[in-house]
Amino acid sequence: MRLGRIVGRVVATVRAKDLDGEKLLLLQPLDARREPAGATLVACDVAQSGLGDLVLWVGGREAALALPRSFVPVDATVVGHVEQAPDVSGREEMATAPRPRNAPASEPRAKRSAEQDAKRSLPRAPPKRKR
Amino acid sequence: MYLARVLGAVVTPVQHPFFDGRTLLLVRRLDLDGAERGPDRVAVDRVGAGEGDLVLVLEEGNSARQIVDDGKAPLRSVVVGFVDEVEVDGRIALANEPRVTPRPERSR
Repeated sequence: MRLGRIVGRVVATVRAKDLDGEKLLLLQPLDARREPAGATLVACDVAQSGLGDLVLWVGGREAALALPRSFVPVDATVVGHVEQAPDVSGREEMATAPRPRNAPASEPRAKRSAEQDAKRSLPRAPPKRKR
Repeated sequence: MYLARVLGAVVTPVQHPFFDGRTLLLVRRLDLDGAERGPDRVAVDRVGAGEGDLVLVLEEGNSARQIVDDGKAPLRSVVVGFVDEVEVDGRIALANEPRVTPRPERSR
């Protein structure tokens, strides 16, 4: 199992019959530093992932086993939404905004609290994005 | 199987039901000189390992499913051993630092 980041969605209206109904996401594999590790690939999803999420994914035969239906011909599946993971310096940080269990990714995220905003303005945090 | 260093725990509140109640560890593969060159993997813990530990990682799906006794489990990487020391050419090449606190009880 590996870490990755959701970098896009894939729409494919004509597809193999066994792939019908599966959400397809564009996935960038990452190493522990959150740096890209390998080429982007297309993955199915069982963890309600959305764009920008840090995720846990499996490849190979395990990708098909992770899906509730049998047998879906896929070679990568997102199996977890990562809320916390260590980076190489051992410092733990919030990877993505926490989402309540089973909440669909399409729902708008809750507005950040003042506390979270303060956290984001720490020196090591990335610059604020304009909305 | 290979030797790896545990970088820490991975928390996934939304996940495949198989991973419910299981500890996930971010591990980095080691060379015999102790260099952490990777690659990095997320593995299910079976020995109660923690951050900084030298461990044995299994990375093969069918063996992993046999270990968790679930033929349909979507996993490939499992921490299957806590390594005390590794001897190469009669010398200790790698060893786990002694723990200050005792290791937690074996997880499932």
